[in-house]
Amino acid sequence: MSGPRIVPTGPGDAMPEPLRRARHSAIGLLLAIAGLIVASFVSLDLQWARFTDDQAVQRMVKFMKELLSPATESLFLVKTAVAALETLAMSAVGTLLAAVGGLLLALPATQSSGRGQSLIRNLTGFVLNVLRSIPELVWAALLIIAAGLGPFAGTLALALHTAGVLGRLFAEAIENAPARAAMALRTQGVSRGLVFLYATLPQISPQLLSYSLYRWENNIRAAAVMGVVGGGGLGALLSFHMGLFHMRETSTLLIAMLVLVAAVDVASWVLRRQLQR
Amino acid sequence: MRVALEGVTVRHPAASSRSGPALGPLSLTMEPGEQIAVVGPSGAGKTTLLHALACALQPAAGQVQFDEIDPWRLSTRRLHQQRAHLFLAPQVPPLPPRQRVVTAVLAAMLPQWSLVTSLKSLLYPADIPAARLALAQFDVADKLWDRVDRLSGGERQRVALSRTALTSARLWLVDEPLSSLDPTRALQAVDALTRLARERGATLVVALHQIDVAKRFPRVLGLREGQLQFDVPGVDLSAERLRALYAQHEDELLSTGYPTRLPEPEAAPALSRR
Amino acid sequence: MSTSSVRAIGRVSPTERDPAWLSRLFWACAGLAVLAPALVATEFKPWLLFEPDSLRVSGQFVADFFPPKIEPAFLALVARETWRTVAIATAGLALGLLIAIPLTLLSTSVLSVSSITGRMKTGPLVVRQIMRAILIVLRSVPELVWALVFVRVVGLGPTAGVLAIALTYGGMLGKVYSEILESDDRHAAQSLLRNGAGRLATLFYGALPQSAAELTSYSVYRWECAIRSSAVLGFVGAGGLGQQMDNSMKMFNGSEVATILMAFIVLVAISDWVSARLRRVIG
Repeated sequence: MSGPRIVPTGPGDAMPEPLRRARHSAIGLLLAIAGLIVASFVSLDLQWARFTDDQAVQRMVKFMKELLSPATESLFLVKTAVAALETLAMSAVGTLLAAVGGLLLALPATQSSGRGQSLIRNLTGFVLNVLRSIPELVWAALLIIAAGLGPFAGTLALALHTAGVLGRLFAEAIENAPARAAMALRTQGVSRGLVFLYATLPQISPQLLSYSLYRWENNIRAAAVMGVVGGGGLGALLSFHMGLFHMRETSTLLIAMLVLVAAVDVASWVLRRQLQR
Repeated sequence: MRVALEGVTVRHPAASSRSGPALGPLSLTMEPGEQIAVVGPSGAGKTTLLHALACALQPAAGQVQFDEIDPWRLSTRRLHQQRAHLFLAPQVPPLPPRQRVVTAVLAAMLPQWSLVTSLKSLLYPADIPAARLALAQFDVADKLWDRVDRLSGGERQRVALSRTALTSARLWLVDEPLSSLDPTRALQAVDALTRLARERGATLVVALHQIDVAKRFPRVLGLREGQLQFDVPGVDLSAERLRALYAQHEDELLSTGYPTRLPEPEAAPALSRR
Repeated sequence: MSTSSVRAIGRVSPTERDPAWLSRLFWACAGLAVLAPALVATEFKPWLLFEPDSLRVSGQFVADFFPPKIEPAFLALVARETWRTVAIATAGLALGLLIAIPLTLLSTSVLSVSSITGRMKTGPLVVRQIMRAILIVLRSVPELVWALVFVRVVGLGPTAGVLAIALTYGGMLGKVYSEILESDDRHAAQSLLRNGAGRLATLFYGALPQSAAELTSYSVYRWECAIRSSAVLGFVGAGGLGQQMDNSMKMFNGSEVATILMAFIVLVAISDWVSARLRRVIG
């Protein structure tokens, strides 16, 4: 119950050494990042001037005006609808294949798949990394050579890339699954594959489905633009009409894309909510 | 700051329109520099009263006046400026866990600082001696450079109270500041709080369950079910009054215990029945 | 034995049916019924991959991968384009931050003064909803589409790519920043607002201390994604590795494509690693 203490102002008022050091390294990091950003802007030959010259501005204004009046001829709307369904099918089939493929690749890639099989584990890990490093569109461009133009290449491209992504997520889920049920079966001498099917998979399947549904949201966006490199669907129509500067048709297609993306987002969210029940 | 409440009724923000008010109708005045304790069982409306006085809840009926000004008639911007004159210390210390104590305490000066000063102070604290002095009032000066989440509950509460030493507000509203403090610290904290309020000429309103502490205040308000049951000097706080106030809630009557008496080994020192 | 089967003993057959069987069968059939037209719509004909013509072309292409082109002049070109890809991504994300930060501040309810007393007033609510809508639009349009439009306005080159990334990622960052701010504990920020602190000061003293790590971590993750995006945008003329790959593929030059692919995989691996290290340091 004493009164205010007399507090000498002295060395205790300077920031302590560890804090000062942490501060300095944080500032250093920020400077490095700022340096990277500045170097990026400087090294790219960004033509901002081109945005502000009269021709560009006029073109933008024209685009904006045309974009605001979508084409509504019934023939074109039907074409758009068909392309939208094609895009939807691409994303769905691609995600489905990826889930299956990802699961098949995830199993050997987990830690729990046996001690003497580290070669297989590293190999499958490497394959998964390659699959996911290459973006869907690059896969599509590559696959068009083998599968020709059209939605097939797009579907395969989605499947390959997403298999890499899902494979890694699935492998983590398998590793983090509570081991009690699996252990119980192992001690009874059940084979590894059956242990997975009876013990691990039932526990993690809601999580796996959830990941897959979430990737579907990403894949519908990717599928929509796949056509730009020749993968069919809305993207192909978009690329065609944009190339001819048909902004009204472009507007309809963009709206269709937005609607499709929103619909899949909602469907995925609803289904994931259902899974949690 | 002179505070006047006239026929004030306050509802819970989430309450349905059919349920009764959380507080009121209530009328009272507070003179500048008064020190008031508010007691009552939980649900009595103590927190609601403090929030209403802090302009954090708009009265459903009646008028609140600060120095003859009704803040709810002002524009949103003026009202926000008015809030700088009020200091509300909630029950749970509002300190961000990863922040350091020095920044958390200096945050009390934000209404007075310009934006530039506030930002500069984040990089290097603007007034370390003042922060140290404020913390010293509540005996936590040695935690100046620590992170908030490394402190115990009691230390966090005292750091939150140290903000009163730096605020320029003239009305201090403190909600149950002693819940995590042991008896000695609790009395120290209350003494520091009342001394600081007296030195600044601030009006102090403290909501408490600790009856022996409440008795030391020159004025005690008793709330029950949103109604004012009594408004007496602390010395007149009799056992019958308390019994009537806390009927069916006797377990909430607390005492900090007396520092000269050692706590009973089997009972927690902060709780005793009256 | 369940109570229902006990009750059923007096009724029909002694053999029990799996109650889940019918619904599982139904869903499986429904799934197949949906799958079939989808497969048709996507022209899913895997056997096409193995047709002789197709095999020949793809076989030749893949054979060209080995050996990959490692001529110094070409490697220098690939290195330059790799840096350009990183630069486009970094510049795009930096601009995206410029877009995201104000939109986040204008759309989050954490700094709302009018909601101190309960429900937000209509004026500020409308403003916040409009800002949210802008963020949604920015996010929903694929960056490739933005790039296509900008290429037609400013011509081929990195400017179109930088802008496309800026707009799309600005929207993404803005939405997630808002979510992070609003899902973290608001007690400290609310208390500061109630005591009369200004909005920006409250942001820095009340909201950022707890959210900063998550915000930065997400931004670093998005930078990594932007690198991949910028490579893809090259396919529509926005410069970088993507454009180089497009050129090489159009000429069926398998060895060049192989080098570029490898460079790309290495780039992704490095940015993955940098991103993971940074996020560990921050968090």
